[in-house]
Amino acid sequence: MFEPVFISVMALMSIGAICGLVLSVASKVFYVYEDPRIAEVEYFLSGANCGGCGYAGCSAAAVAVVNGQAPPSVCIVAGMESAIAIAEVMGVDPGSAEPLMSKNECSGGNRADDHFLYNGVNTCQALAALHGGQRICSIGCLGQGDCIRACHFNAVHMGPNGFPVVDETMCVGCGACEKACPKNIIRVRTMSERLLHFNQEDDALAPCQQTCPAEIDIPRYIRQIKEGDYAGAVHTIRERNPLLLTCGRVCPHPCEDMCRRGIEDEAVSINQLKRFVADYEMNSGQRLPIPCAPETDKRVAVIGGGPAGLSCAYFLRRLGHHVKILDMMPKLGGMTRYGIPEYRLPKEVLQWETDGILNLGIDFQGNVKLGEDYTVDSLREEGFDAIFLGVGAWKDYKLRAEGEDLDGCFTGIDFLTRFASHQQGDSPDDVAIGKKCVVIGGGNTAIDCVRTLIRLGADEVSIVYRRTRKEMPANMVEIEAAEHEGVQFHFLAAPVKAVSDEKGHVKQLEYLKMELGEPDASGRRRPVPIEGSETLMDIDMLITAIGQGPDVGFIEKEEAIKDLEITRWSTIEADPETLQTNIPYIFAAGDAQTGASLVVEAIGGGRRAARAIHLYLSDEAVTPVPNSLRKRHIPESLFESVNGIAPIKRTPMPEMPVEERIKCFDEADLVISETDALRESNRCLNCCRICYDKDSCAA
Amino acid sequence: MGDYFVLIISCIFVNNILLAQFLGNCPFFGTSKKMETAVGMAMAVIFVLVMAGVITWMIYHFLLVNLGLTYLRTIAFILVIASLVQFVEMFLKKSIPALYAGLGIFLPLITTNCAVFGACVINIDKEYSFMQALVASFSYAVGFGLALILFAGVRERILLARVPRPLQDTSIALVTAGIISLSFYAFKGMV
Repeated sequence: MFEPVFISVMALMSIGAICGLVLSVASKVFYVYEDPRIAEVEYFLSGANCGGCGYAGCSAAAVAVVNGQAPPSVCIVAGMESAIAIAEVMGVDPGSAEPLMSKNECSGGNRADDHFLYNGVNTCQALAALHGGQRICSIGCLGQGDCIRACHFNAVHMGPNGFPVVDETMCVGCGACEKACPKNIIRVRTMSERLLHFNQEDDALAPCQQTCPAEIDIPRYIRQIKEGDYAGAVHTIRERNPLLLTCGRVCPHPCEDMCRRGIEDEAVSINQLKRFVADYEMNSGQRLPIPCAPETDKRVAVIGGGPAGLSCAYFLRRLGHHVKILDMMPKLGGMTRYGIPEYRLPKEVLQWETDGILNLGIDFQGNVKLGEDYTVDSLREEGFDAIFLGVGAWKDYKLRAEGEDLDGCFTGIDFLTRFASHQQGDSPDDVAIGKKCVVIGGGNTAIDCVRTLIRLGADEVSIVYRRTRKEMPANMVEIEAAEHEGVQFHFLAAPVKAVSDEKGHVKQLEYLKMELGEPDASGRRRPVPIEGSETLMDIDMLITAIGQGPDVGFIEKEEAIKDLEITRWSTIEADPETLQTNIPYIFAAGDAQTGASLVVEAIGGGRRAARAIHLYLSDEAVTPVPNSLRKRHIPESLFESVNGIAPIKRTPMPEMPVEERIKCFDEADLVISETDALRESNRCLNCCRICYDKDSCAA
Repeated sequence: MGDYFVLIISCIFVNNILLAQFLGNCPFFGTSKKMETAVGMAMAVIFVLVMAGVITWMIYHFLLVNLGLTYLRTIAFILVIASLVQFVEMFLKKSIPALYAGLGIFLPLITTNCAVFGACVINIDKEYSFMQALVASFSYAVGFGLALILFAGVRERILLARVPRPLQDTSIALVTAGIISLSFYAFKGMV
């Protein structure tokens, strides 16, 4: 009677036992090492396998947490307690991993026209499947709100302009909206990922943003100004450029040359708008908070506190690394402080800006020079994991003409630096100026010298340049301002020698007259001397400002960097994409790497180097940005003509009257008014946002 | 040889496990929203079903029949299939990590899949020989994959259609599955 029951129970138990045995043996035989923390972390996850976190099940999420790809708060079901428990397993501060945040990349323009009549189901997925969608713009938002329906947290809602708006306080960064969007417009990224993004070939980029060396999202901040969201505009600029007050004043704005409105009308005054919001923040008396990623234990030494160094330090700090800036001058700013005169960039403004950057928790040590007070080796010993070289281009080129070392002869950068140091009280030595001053050269340094000399009360100030006005490399606005201020220009004149008086002081300048010949390699017509045209000019002060290069003398002072590659222009050789030098832990950008160039170029380089340093410090391969655009243009985004543009006058730059400004060092260019800024922001076509044909759409 | 051909056709089309026998409906609806997932699931089912069909046939004929315990078939099969999937998962993880990564989360999902269990039971009920059981298991799995992938294709198209609100998502999927099932009934006369 009981026998069959007994047998069946025994049979099942033995099958079970065999299965168990085989499995336990298998688990030993087929053992694959797995971080024990994965199991521990998984224990604290909800076990619902809901996929709400964006990973395929709880075990995948646990793996991501242990690999540092997901924060301890990854589970959207289990809540804070599990996050704290997981943080304990991982030995980190709960919530210290950077939160993911959804952001709608489409900041909207006016709604584009419809391609065709659509009667299908109202989802973006379906709409996108039909020839990419209904709207004329192939990039923009379709506005059917798939992301809104995908969000379980009510963090996305339809904005008044027909594109979704993300409520950052509600967003948990689950990534559902990004998956739902068929056009890759709504994206879930950490702040670090956004800070490290560089222009790529398939990005939706307006021509101005393609041109800007710092790659600022120009249409976005102009739109924010238009909406009165000045703080938002400042944040947008700061994602790419920490020196907005400086750039707003001194940038020659190459972006405006590519402005699409400029094809049919005058270009939008992009830089004045930047200056307007930058000044707005400064004058509001309150600094907008700048968020930083959680601290890492990596340390970076930034050598050189100029725009490149400041930009690199700023981005590295925001990525959570510890940064120390070292500079040979007593104060921060580099060439923007010691090269750009007070009337273009007031020291007070620059100080406010650099203070804001140091406030993020960056250390600064001034008055120390590489190769003299410290070496790369000593920095490595102090525990710096990577070194950034942004030493700038401070060495004036020599004229190689007789008599250029006489009394009363200066070089451009040397003169400007000495004067600036005295003016801001760093150095007690005043620079003695003459009555009849001549500056040789046609670049911005030469213009800065003459405009400074005018303000110092020199009777007669002239520029001697061997080509014509058209070939001058200085910014046109600067040349015009110098002309207004009474500077005399001697074009087609090549200095031969400086003649001294009996005391060894410069007395005369001898030059040869030139005429323009055939174009040379740079495409400019080469000046050819006219024989027997030697002319003498009475002077008592001579400044040669014919260009400058980096001073790389420090590499010979120590063994560790003896092999650092230097180009034949004595700039530091670095990979153009990653800015890594041939010594893997050394990175270089700014004038030291490019040769004398723009502030905004150095800022862009600093950020690019920060990306590479961040990769290097995270033990990842230091690879170039995929599909990097790097100042190249997307050909199809450059138009021959633009339809439907009604010309609207560009807001002129307010200036201090000439008679007043040549007597003092007060800022010569002024900021535009709020009314003008709003008017100017309305001239922006918001290119590559939703529609190209702004004026006709608005009508 | 001809018998095997008939067996294959019969298992894939005529007695399709999803559309004619209505087994394994949960993964049929759960993993058919995207083609990518459907293909992953289909591969995993082929892999597991062949293994399970062979092992359960051996368990039944060599163990249960000999001991006169055929009435324990259901519970024994469940035990064996569950252990088998676990074992295969461990084995793949160690030996063929690429395949493991490819099948991903679908392997453990099949642990309790009624299509797998159903096919094993059918093998026994129809008194197949070992070779027949092997071929039948494989064919059932191919039939499963075929139906799943077809259905995923249809569901991706349905996204573009205007579906009345009350019928959206799973409702329309059930209706569609019914229609596809009807079309499979056309194979009935073949064997």
